[in-house]
Amino acid sequence: MTHIGNRRDRMVTLSINGLEVSAEEGATLLEVSEFYGFPIPTLCHMEGLSPYGACRLCVVEIGEGPKAKLVSSCTYPAEEGLRVRTASSRVIRARKMILELLLASCPQSKKIQDLASAYEVQQQRFRQEYENCILCGLCTRMCEEQMMAKAIGFRGRGEKRSIGTPFNMQSDVCRLCGACMYVCPACQLRCTYTEPEKAICGGCSNLSPPCLEQEKFDDMMCFMAPCVACEIKKD
Amino acid sequence: MERLKSINEFETLRERLVTDRDPNIPTIVIPAGTCGQASGANDLIRVTKRELLNKKWVDKIHLRITGCNGFCQMEPSVLIEPKRTFYPKVSPKDMIRIVDALANNQVLEDLLYVDPGTGSPIEKQEAIPFFKRQVRTILSRNEKIDPIRITHYIENGGYSAMVKMLTLGKPEWVLEEVKTSGLRGRGGAGFTTGLKWEMLARQPNGHGKALVCNADEGDPGAYMDRSVLEGNPHSIIEGMIIGAYGTGASEGVFYVRNEYPLAIKHLLIALRQARELGVLGERILGTDFSFEIGLVRGAGAFVCGEETALMRSIEGKMGEPCQRPPFPVQKGIDGKPTVINNVETWANIPVIIGSGAEEFAKIGTKRNAGTKIFSLVGKIKNTGLIEVPMGMTIKEIVDEIGGGPATDAKLKAVQTGGPSGGCIPTSLFDLGIDYESLTQVGSIMGSGGLIVMDEKTCMVDVAKYFMNFLKEESCGKCFTCRKGTQRMHEILDDITTGRGTLESLDLLEELATAVKDTTLCGLGQTAPNPVLSTLRYFRNEYLEHIIHRRCPGGVCKELITYSINENCTGCQVCLRNCTVEAITGKKKEIHVIDPTQCIKCGACRSVCKFNAVDVI
Repeated sequence: MTHIGNRRDRMVTLSINGLEVSAEEGATLLEVSEFYGFPIPTLCHMEGLSPYGACRLCVVEIGEGPKAKLVSSCTYPAEEGLRVRTASSRVIRARKMILELLLASCPQSKKIQDLASAYEVQQQRFRQEYENCILCGLCTRMCEEQMMAKAIGFRGRGEKRSIGTPFNMQSDVCRLCGACMYVCPACQLRCTYTEPEKAICGGCSNLSPPCLEQEKFDDMMCFMAPCVACEIKKD
Repeated sequence: MERLKSINEFETLRERLVTDRDPNIPTIVIPAGTCGQASGANDLIRVTKRELLNKKWVDKIHLRITGCNGFCQMEPSVLIEPKRTFYPKVSPKDMIRIVDALANNQVLEDLLYVDPGTGSPIEKQEAIPFFKRQVRTILSRNEKIDPIRITHYIENGGYSAMVKMLTLGKPEWVLEEVKTSGLRGRGGAGFTTGLKWEMLARQPNGHGKALVCNADEGDPGAYMDRSVLEGNPHSIIEGMIIGAYGTGASEGVFYVRNEYPLAIKHLLIALRQARELGVLGERILGTDFSFEIGLVRGAGAFVCGEETALMRSIEGKMGEPCQRPPFPVQKGIDGKPTVINNVETWANIPVIIGSGAEEFAKIGTKRNAGTKIFSLVGKIKNTGLIEVPMGMTIKEIVDEIGGGPATDAKLKAVQTGGPSGGCIPTSLFDLGIDYESLTQVGSIMGSGGLIVMDEKTCMVDVAKYFMNFLKEESCGKCFTCRKGTQRMHEILDDITTGRGTLESLDLLEELATAVKDTTLCGLGQTAPNPVLSTLRYFRNEYLEHIIHRRCPGGVCKELITYSINENCTGCQVCLRNCTVEAITGKKKEIHVIDPTQCIKCGACRSVCKFNAVDVI
């Protein structure tokens, strides 16, 4: 289990959906809930990467009465006496709205489609957009924490926030490992090199080089340079 | 200036400063904060200096350059001490006359402030309605102090609260006093300052503790922190020193946005002077107590006013909020326990310690002690910074201090708490302003912006404006805050351009509630407030936009048409001012606006002297 806050080898008792459970102090509510068999959907959490709390899908309800509130279970630490509800009507309503927002922005992601269908979200009422990135930050954390590269990171804020290399220039520290694409929940061009039968997209073998059609690196989840697809077409 | 080595040396210095000054020498006080300088205070200072030098009156008349006095609308203004004559909107030419008149001990009647209500001139600053109802414990010190001279501050009782505390030598006493005073954080959330300090004092002192002054004031149209930073930086420094003594913190940080160059300049000067004098740094006034303050400039992100984002920004990381718990007081800057307080909170501390907690608690209401500075702007007669006791009603503030509506149009609402605050309708104007009452009616105290709106304001447009601000200023970490504010703006934009449907109104409400529920930090949780509060009190306006495709405020361009009524005298002023030649008509005949040509700029309406242009 990853630990947030000060790690102390103490156990705390809390209740999850009415079940009294004990957990290590400092473990996240998400870990504790999953351990005791209450699954929580998430897009931005991955074991081995630090918790971030960007997608908000993992919200759970804590507290009682007027003080009850929703918190992201992937970042909130297990505390003594906490009363957690992982699937209350307030939680489900919030998750449905998040999924509707996700569908409105990234309808092409298989993972988002599956989650939406699991939560019976059958419509989205916003103006349809086709973005490739939900800015969950899995790729940047993967790059920094597991690949020790820090080749990509967040840029800008608000609606102008994006992921990329500094100044959109080819990164000196990128080793072309492709881990960023491997973890991406929204990416449609997941790179599996030139084995089309294994590929989810098979972009490099089947499609024209994607980078050439769009502004260089912009909007693309691919920071591979030189791009495998481009290289193949050149030969 | 020589470094003071003991408390006695400080007392001697203060006595010398007080006795050296003759309070009867007439002094010209010119407020020259950023607001004053922008409206021409620097010219007045130059003229005054030249006049005094040329006429060799330097010993006869003194000049004091101070921070903002609060009545920003009337700047550049001049105050004459000790008579306390107030001259508003002074031109450099008038300044020469004022200097001459002062030398002859005269008052210039024609330059005095004229009460817009009664039409009669008022001489003394205190008698002006704008100042009359205020209780100025913090702001009143601005006019007595030249912010770049530590001697002025000491002469006016500055650092005496710190000396009182050092003489007593009990940190627990400081905590007890602040707790008894009932002071609550002036940054907006209203957490009891004494409790926060006590938590910090209880934390184990492993790698030191830190104090932060949050001076990242980002609300559009709010500038109370700036005026205190510019006008009285030493009061904040003294507050932090007292806080450090009480809590055992060893370092302090000013987090100031870089858009406040004058505030940064004055702070740096003040910090240097305090260090040189020995009231800050190693072994303060010869005691065992040491405290150092540094300054960090913020790059101007609104979200960096949120405490966790602010700490990350100080650490040199991207300004993004993170999960609490652990709270800053447990694990703050670089892992050190940290207390973050707003500028105004720190400025209140010397007042509490100096004059006693009981005295302080007498002002305001029971659960909301003390005063609060608001920046009062909008469609009223008097605008500027006001300091009022907590619990004063909105009606008193708007009608008595603000002087009522600026034009014939009736007032409709007041927006409090900056972009993530809410709108309060006139029917609730009897509400006493405090932290709880504002939350109850769906708004927040925030840092203290008060924007008064009249009938000619469209509430949907107001919500859209704030949502536009928030969608740009959200850090973008939480998906619901980033996309939610964008989508709310999108729906509001649809409504104001006549594309809204009743379904989209339901969706807007549903989305606003979800954003409020699911975001991480204070910014996201309060971001839907403009939408929710306008929907709560002004739903009719939304419906009017959607069902009748009409904007009652006459603001939303797509939904209004300009026409000329029978008041028209045919003077042709509007015709000449129309940039697209949409107005036709002969002299002395009623003119006509061609709706296909009209770009709805409103120029004709603003130039018409006969109220002949209608907006439907």
